[in-house]
Parts: sequence; structure tokens; C-alpha cells
Amino acid sequence: MISVQSLSKSYGPRPAIDQLKFEINAGEIVGFLGPNGAGKSTTMKILSGLMPATEGKATVAGFDVFEQPMEVKRRVGYLPENPPLYLEMTVSDYIGFAAQLHDVAPKDVKKAVSSVVEKTGLTDVASRIIGNLSKGYRQRVGLAQALVHNPPVLILDEPTVGLDPKQIIEIRELIKSLKGDHTVILSSHILPEVTATCDRIIVISKGKIVAQDSLQSLSARMQQGGLCNMVVKQVTDSGVKAIREVSGVKGVTTAGNKLIIEVSEKAGDIRDQLFTAALKGGLSVLEFGTEKVSLEDVFLQLTTREDF
Amino acid sequence: MKKTWLIAKRDFRSYFTSPIAYIVTAGFLFIMGWMFFGYLTYFNLQNRQYQQYNMGKGMSIVEGIVRPLLGNMNVILLFILPFVTMRIFAEEKKLHTIELLLTSPVSLVDIVIGKYLSALMFLGAMMALTLVYPIILATTGNPDIGPIVTGYLGTFLMGASILAVGTLFSSTTENQIVAGALTFAASLFFWLINWGAQSAGPVLGEILQYLSLLTHNNSFAQGTLNSVDVIYYFSFIGVGLFLTHRVLDSYRWR
Repeated sequence: MISVQSLSKSYGPRPAIDQLKFEINAGEIVGFLGPNGAGKSTTMKILSGLMPATEGKATVAGFDVFEQPMEVKRRVGYLPENPPLYLEMTVSDYIGFAAQLHDVAPKDVKKAVSSVVEKTGLTDVASRIIGNLSKGYRQRVGLAQALVHNPPVLILDEPTVGLDPKQIIEIRELIKSLKGDHTVILSSHILPEVTATCDRIIVISKGKIVAQDSLQSLSARMQQGGLCNMVVKQVTDSGVKAIREVSGVKGVTTAGNKLIIEVSEKAGDIRDQLFTAALKGGLSVLEFGTEKVSLEDVFLQLTTREDF
Repeated sequence: MKKTWLIAKRDFRSYFTSPIAYIVTAGFLFIMGWMFFGYLTYFNLQNRQYQQYNMGKGMSIVEGIVRPLLGNMNVILLFILPFVTMRIFAEEKKLHTIELLLTSPVSLVDIVIGKYLSALMFLGAMMALTLVYPIILATTGNPDIGPIVTGYLGTFLMGASILAVGTLFSSTTENQIVAGALTFAASLFFWLINWGAQSAGPVLGEILQYLSLLTHNNSFAQGTLNSVDVIYYFSFIGVGLFLTHRVLDSYRWR
């Protein structure tokens, strides 16, 4: 549905994004994850036809963003970082205006507006002036504007920013409900945001893609290997020796009555063997566990790494 | 074309949600009304004196009232129209609402013309309200309708030119005050550009004379429809809108 090839954009001499390359299939929900200033918004602006790229090629729904921008714009619903709201208009007037701008036939406008108003939970405020609404409602009006012409592709730049926890959950549910009929790209610098809604994550850092994978394989990739912690009654040399001999153990360090066991990435799950070895070595084990690598760590590791 | 009208309609409506439209219109009508009153009483007084001392035929209604009234309307428009156009793009840029237009399947030409059209409609509405003065004159006296029609047309074209300048400057900045001030300065400059014409030599003088917004208004005020002057105003507006288009297009590339 969306295909991006060696896309670059520079603001003056400073590159905002550098040789991006990714594919997004129809019906997928993909999260752009990255710290602030990584190039997420820039990528989305290019895909929505708001600004041209310096280099590279991008197609949305089979149309080239640079060659046939009108066709692309017709098929994309875009929610920018700051929702583009005319503050003096009422909610339903505004959504109706957005619908007509996006070629919704005049006779269908009313129906499209009322259905999207209901979907985004704006029924109570539909006749109010946008300028008088709270941030959460304004964000939803922005979302409604992107959805009203029922576009196959939705590009949402930080859709839940500034919402309260209850609203965040509602918006996430809404985004999840779009799955299948719509292809959704959403960006966030908050990890739980994307883990809650997306099938796939593209991690961007400093204008480059540092990882793109499904959630599971991304966290699985990082969880292989790592550290095991073992708290024992008393550390003995024979016990440490026995553990060292287990295949897959890279090293053991002791800290008081705690053993920190480094396991190599290829070894897989060797907790069973470690425990048996500890018993054989005469250690009485009080506590035993692996240090779990959270996605948060993966994210930090990916975006702060120097050597990509 | 449909989208042009859609944008124009929305923008025109949005004029009336801000106090500026009401202040501008009220100020304009108050000053116009005051001037009409002044010219009318002076005209009556003068005519009575003419009759009293048998000095022959006095000034006509058009010469004594309509022409100076429209001349002054030009000046007032120069002062107030920058307030009408200053928000036209500057506000959209500041509030990022322009992103809605730029990511919709609407061409830049539609956006520029639609926005300009809304300002033109506002000017038209404002001037239409002053038609009450010629109507008063027509019901109580017997004015020559021709020069009134061309006079109004000339003033409308002059106002439309100022609106084009305003649209251009509003597209260059996010700051409404800056847009308004630049519009006023530039319009005033094109108003006075022929002042140096006499001492500028034959060729340059001619050019400066031709560029002036004011010189081209004289024929309309005298009741003639001169194609050169009509073409001048249309090309002035055309250049203004074309430059606006270029400015907005470059905005996307930054």
C-alpha cells in the first residue's frame, strides 16, 4: 500500500531523513517510533503530500507522491502534529468542510459527518465551536477530519498527544478498529503507544531506520542471552566453578551473596542446567531469575546506539 | 472551480466571526455617511447661492457629491483594506490550518483564488452598503447614472488591487500585523509612485505615471470606461495573485 525507496529530505545542509526504505502492506497498522526530532513528522509530511522530498521515491496506494499528488491526497487522511482546526467553526461545519475538500459528494456529506462524529465520540459537542473545546476534543476533531472521507490510508502524527488516559484508551480502540479496512501509519515517541496499537514497528533515529519488525520478534531478538541473577546463602568456589562449566555461560561475577551469570546469545534457555549445576556445586539457592529486557530497553538501545 | 467556491464561502463566513469585519465595516460606513452628509449639505448650500444670485447652472449632483465621495472612498479603502486581507494566509500559517488545504486534493490555484474571492466578496458587500447614497440621490434628484456606475467600478477595481497586494503579503508571513503594515506601505507606494514622474524624464516618467493606482482611476470617475485602465487593474491583480501562488509554492519546499 505504501512503498518508500531511498527517501531523503534535508532542511538546508541538515538531513532530516536519510535514505529511508520501507514497505507497508494494505490493512496493516504500523508505528513510527523514535525520539523527538528523529524524522517521523518529516516522513509523514512527505507521504501526505505536504512537502516534497529532496531525493527518493514514495508511492501511496499505487500513486507516486511527487508525480500524482492529487490522487494521493484523495486517498490519504492526514492528522498533523498540530490538528489544523479552524477555531471559529463548529465541529460539524468543520468536518463537513474537510469532507467537501476531499471530494465527498455534497449529498453524502451529512451522512459522512454524522458517522465520523459518532465514531470519534464527538456527538455531544458536534454543534459547539472548536475554539471552546478542550485539547482532547480538539485532537478528536482532528482525527475525525482525517477519517471523514473514509480514506484507505491514514497518516496520524502523534494522535494521542495531550489526551487524558481514558481518552488515550478510546483513541487506541478507535485506531485498532480501523485495522483491515484502512492502512494506518502512526508516529509516537512513547513506546506503550505503539505496542498497544501497532502490528509492526519502524524505529527511526537521527533520520535513519534502525529496526523494523513485528513487536514479538523485536522483543524476542533482544531477549536472547542476557543476564541471570542467582542469590545464594553463601558463595563457594566450587559452586561458581560448577556454574562456569555449564555450556553457554560466558562469565560469572559475584557481588556479596549474589551471582551474576552472563549467558551467551546462542545458548537459548539454559536456566534448567544452571539450577542443576548450582545444586551439584553445593550452593543453596534462595532466589533465581533472569533479567528481562523490556521493549523500552530495546528502544533505548536501538536509538542510542552509535554504530548503526 | 467547485473547491474555489468552497474555500471562498468558508473564508467569507469566517470574516464575520471575528470582530475585525464589524469594526472595519462600521468604521467605513460611519466615515462614508459623515462625508455624504457633508457633501450633500455643502452642495445644497452652493446651489441655493447660485440660484439666489442668478449665477447660472451650478454643479451637477455627480460633480458635487458622487465624484468627491468616491474619491474619498478610495482613500478610506487604502487605509482599511489591509485589515481585511492581513489574516487571509498569515492566520492559516500560524494556526497550521493551511496544512488541511495543502493535504487536500485542491490545487494551489484554487486556494489562492478562493481566498482572494472571499476578500473581494467582503469588499463588494461593504461597497454595496454605500449604494444607499446614490439611491437617496436618485430618489430626490436626477443624477447622471453612468458616471456613478463607472465610478463605483473604478473604486471597486482599485480596492481589488489593494486586496491582491494584501493577499500577497499575507502569504509571506505568519504575523498579521506585519502583513497589514506591508500591505499599507506597498499600496500607498503604488498610489504615490507617479509623484516623481514630472522630474523623472520622458520615458521613466511615463512608466511611473502608468504604474500609479490613482492615475488609472480618473477615467472611471469621469464616467468613461477606458480599456487601458481596466487592463491595468486586471494585470495588477493578476501579478499579485501569481506572486502569491509562487510564495505559497516555495513555502512547501522549505
